[in-house]
Amino acid sequence: MAEKLGVYICGGCDIAKSLDVEGLAEFVKNGRHQSLCPVVKTNSVLCSPEGKAEIEADIEAEGLDGVVVCACSPRVKWDVFEFGATQVNRVNLREQCVWTFSDDPDKENLLDSMAKDYVNMGIVYLNKSSVPEPEVEKCSETIMVLGGGFTGLNAALEVAKAGKDVVLVEKEAELGGKARDMYKSFPLTYPHTALQETGLDKLVAAVNSNDKITVKTSATLEKLHGAPGQYTALVNGEELSIGAVILATGWEPGNSKYLAPLGYGQFKNVVTTSEFEKMAKNGGIKRPSDSKAPKSVAFILDVEKFMADVDYSQRAVCEPPEELPCDENKDGEEECETFVYEDKESARHLAYSSEISSLVALKQAAYVREDPEAMAYVFYDHMMVPGVNERFYKVAQDDPGVMLSKARITSIKEGSGGSLVISAKNTLLGENVEILADMVVLPTAIVPVTAHEPTMNFDYRQGPAFPDLELFDGFADSNYICFPYETRRTGVYAAGCVRQPMPMNLAQDDAAGAALKAIQCVVSADHGVAVHPRSGDRSYPVFNFVRCTQCKRCTEECPFGALDADEKGTPMPNPTRCRRCGTCMGACPERVIGFDDYNIDQMGSAIKQVQVPDNMDEGGPRVIILACENDAYPALDMAAFRGHSWSPYVRVLPVRCLGSVNAIWVADAMSKGVDGVMLLGCKYGDDYQCHFMKGSELCNRRKENIAESLNRLGVEPERVEQYEVAIDEYDKVPGMIEDFMTNVVAKFGPNPFKGY
Amino acid sequence: MSNNSILVVGGGFAGITAALEAAELGYEVFIVEKNPYLGGRVAQLNQYFPKLCPPSCGLEIQFQRIKKNPKVKYFTLSQVDAVSGGPGNYSVKVTKQPRHVNSRCTCCGECAKAARTEVDSEFDFETGKRKAAYTTHLFAFPARYTIDPTTCDKIELERIKDACPYDAIDLDEQPKTFDLNVGSIVWATGWKPYPLEKLTNLGAGKVANVISNMQMERLASPSGPTNGRIVRPSDGAEPKRIAFVQCAGSRDENHLNYCSYICCMASLKHVRYLRERYPEAKIVIYYIDLRTPGRYDKFKALTVDDPNLSLVKGKVAAVAEDAGKNPILTVENAVTGIKNDEQFDLVVLATGMQPSAAGEKLPAGLPVDEEGFIIGGEDKGIVAAGCAKLPLDVMKTAQSGTSAALKAIQNVVGR
Repeated sequence: MAEKLGVYICGGCDIAKSLDVEGLAEFVKNGRHQSLCPVVKTNSVLCSPEGKAEIEADIEAEGLDGVVVCACSPRVKWDVFEFGATQVNRVNLREQCVWTFSDDPDKENLLDSMAKDYVNMGIVYLNKSSVPEPEVEKCSETIMVLGGGFTGLNAALEVAKAGKDVVLVEKEAELGGKARDMYKSFPLTYPHTALQETGLDKLVAAVNSNDKITVKTSATLEKLHGAPGQYTALVNGEELSIGAVILATGWEPGNSKYLAPLGYGQFKNVVTTSEFEKMAKNGGIKRPSDSKAPKSVAFILDVEKFMADVDYSQRAVCEPPEELPCDENKDGEEECETFVYEDKESARHLAYSSEISSLVALKQAAYVREDPEAMAYVFYDHMMVPGVNERFYKVAQDDPGVMLSKARITSIKEGSGGSLVISAKNTLLGENVEILADMVVLPTAIVPVTAHEPTMNFDYRQGPAFPDLELFDGFADSNYICFPYETRRTGVYAAGCVRQPMPMNLAQDDAAGAALKAIQCVVSADHGVAVHPRSGDRSYPVFNFVRCTQCKRCTEECPFGALDADEKGTPMPNPTRCRRCGTCMGACPERVIGFDDYNIDQMGSAIKQVQVPDNMDEGGPRVIILACENDAYPALDMAAFRGHSWSPYVRVLPVRCLGSVNAIWVADAMSKGVDGVMLLGCKYGDDYQCHFMKGSELCNRRKENIAESLNRLGVEPERVEQYEVAIDEYDKVPGMIEDFMTNVVAKFGPNPFKGY
Repeated sequence: MSNNSILVVGGGFAGITAALEAAELGYEVFIVEKNPYLGGRVAQLNQYFPKLCPPSCGLEIQFQRIKKNPKVKYFTLSQVDAVSGGPGNYSVKVTKQPRHVNSRCTCCGECAKAARTEVDSEFDFETGKRKAAYTTHLFAFPARYTIDPTTCDKIELERIKDACPYDAIDLDEQPKTFDLNVGSIVWATGWKPYPLEKLTNLGAGKVANVISNMQMERLASPSGPTNGRIVRPSDGAEPKRIAFVQCAGSRDENHLNYCSYICCMASLKHVRYLRERYPEAKIVIYYIDLRTPGRYDKFKALTVDDPNLSLVKGKVAAVAEDAGKNPILTVENAVTGIKNDEQFDLVVLATGMQPSAAGEKLPAGLPVDEEGFIIGGEDKGIVAAGCAKLPLDVMKTAQSGTSAALKAIQNVVGR
């Protein structure tokens, strides 16, 4: 609680031209919160060094524990209005009040009423806010690397080089993973023109001789219990204290059934690149049918024939999470069902592996050409060698013994003596061609291990696997372009081919990136602060368990699986898994969850500061906008810079995420006589833009419950609407407000609770 | 004296990422950025592929992280002149060009209202205009005006200065040089679009209705020069037939001896921009290979499932224009071998990315390849990140920046 507040009202940037700032100051001095506000001042340019100095002097002289800055948006001048331990709340008079004000000529003092509401809201909001004291627990700084292949080995070394201890867990008896079967690698370094050694032996030796790395082979992670900084990992029955995890379990070759359309399994001399590689590594390339060295080998990159059943237009999935089987275990009558993990492999993985397939085909064509009399063909639809690997492709083009052509493969048939006849159309060699080859090599799909099994074996209430991997066809990937390591499980960072199909040089880089995130997570946990996207946030949700009814909504809805539950269903928080979005706070019907500096009472009290005229015809309607602070709120600010304006009857309040919106805020607003509530949040669906993954989607789902309660009260449910707003929709958002005002407020008239 | 702070050269996506990831591990970080804003190339993009989400969204999060973290310090309009010393103890000479606007600026815009003279906007690749007092774009960070005194005469400059209510303009500000002492350096200077002038067979940037892919981004941006309308530069007309010329400069030993990684996906994204605005427009993409690696295959498949889009494997040999300023492409179809001329309303050249450092000598003797990509330096304690090292997309750039942060930390840890 901040109880000695300084309220400062800026007149700059045209605020004082439209608004009576002195009158506003008088209003605060004599208003209902005067006892909270020993200092109330105006300043013509509050952000000037002189303005800042004045605030600092008042903090010192008056012992203020909070400052309400009524000036511009919190998005700007953040560095000026920062006063150490003294809490600050920003009242956005400039962008979202004065600059965007559009008058209603029939009414009086609308701008004054708006500014007064905002200032009162700002005072009460700050008054109810406390400085969070982070919960600090002693953390393990050991990083567990899952998977001892090329990526995992690199990750282990990177972590060790940064000075942290590592446990490297490999399921096979030996380290090395898929690279152990590799004869050579395609180019990994400048000049990107020649085959290279994988360097695996050196890598394994470096790992084995590193004091900081403990290697566990023939080992699997049976269970990961706890939370970042305090995990207990059960590995082959042994309990290990772990801080964070790098997931580098790599890939498996795709199921060969998808290759059947081009004769795999039917013709002996049709093999996969994976099989071909092993031959090259172990004694040379021989035809399976007669063990002779082939004189002509055709590599097929066109995957069209394998893709007949693929329909990308079908939406991935992401239905609301269903109850776990164990929740239905009533009275112990039924046995708990075993968790079933749906396999996510499909023919799509062949298409997704196109870059690796192309590089491998070019590499293996070079193996073929180690016999100067042998000939290699490479048939592609698009030669997928983006970036500097173009140079490697050029080398192949310059080799007269490598024939490369665009082609659509129509069929592969067996000819005489085990040879194969490849029929193709639309080639650079002619419209319809037939090529005879001793062997045909089909691509190997990179299928992430996580497509087949949960792998992480989280001992979490929400289950053992990463949620929503359907979106990425089983890859343990991020949905964010900007933040490739952010998933729905804090403390686990994926790298290498389990995350995306990628060549070894990028996997090396990826290993270092995941290593950084793992170390950073442990250090953040150790300091009691949040990781991305609210990095450094010291607040965390606090539960008042006395009133908890064990409804389980919070434990089900947390996008990050931060809440476990005891046998009764009481939530068991894990602060280091938490990202501080407040989705649990929004979910709770009993309002038992809140943050020191962001809670139910604080927002509800701020909403209640809005003065709603008893008579809508005289004073106009009132609408509350709850806006996502990451996207919708900046979009509103930008609308101001673009010269837009909107209804003088709306009041905007930023929220951490729409997921944090509790139904009680809507009820508070409605019971005050507010005529409508607009919820402005991020896009949801498969390509969600919500930085807390599920927040805006959950809010939308909860809206149905809100609608029901409103119906019961006799209030039209349409008075509460959610809109999806991207940050660049600054030109559209004023129109959305306009629509809401006409469709809802004008159509339904005043809230029936008005005046009560 | 050893030092464990980190210098990040370049404030684009790779640089910002590297800086933040290191700072959130507790290291002091300095970003040196030559533009008046942070965000680099992605700030100029309308949307990212494949999600079609706005880059300003991710940048907003990054800037919030910067605002909340006192360990991150940044210098705009600044460049590194010289680096001396070695890992753990570098001395770096930085020159900061005058912005002529100090921290009193509130972004109220009075200076821009007082300015009259307009010149081509560099940020918009000459598709729009700016004044002597300007912000490059709506989301510019830091939110502060810049004055370019070369834009107009002294009288106008004085008028601009007088218009500022906050005494924020200093027309006499001079360049400043200062030293930074750091233990480790991340080099993330990014890329520049390959110059159209060099593509003589593709019109050399002189054909009015032939634009580059980056110009397309500015036209599509809702706060860009056309408020998001994709129209012909010559007459503002809505195009009905649009062609994309892939590999404009890339995969060509006479220009860029590599594939620029992003242009195929960028053009497919531009098809989506066009489809949203012009559902009936006829679009042709001339390509050598459509390079849509990894899971991008899905975006490609959904985009090309479009009866009004044709994909032609073929090389564009020449660009001309007719009397109506309609571009004429001379194309040879690689599969059929047929060569003919096609008329369009608008042509987009998918110009490649060139490392910003191409043709420049880098401080501290960082090794570069023939094209200007950095190919080493880690032995010197300098880590290259993002497109300064390899042509990459944004996701891989973020990955690279994160990785560079760790390597920079490894250089200073335990010193």
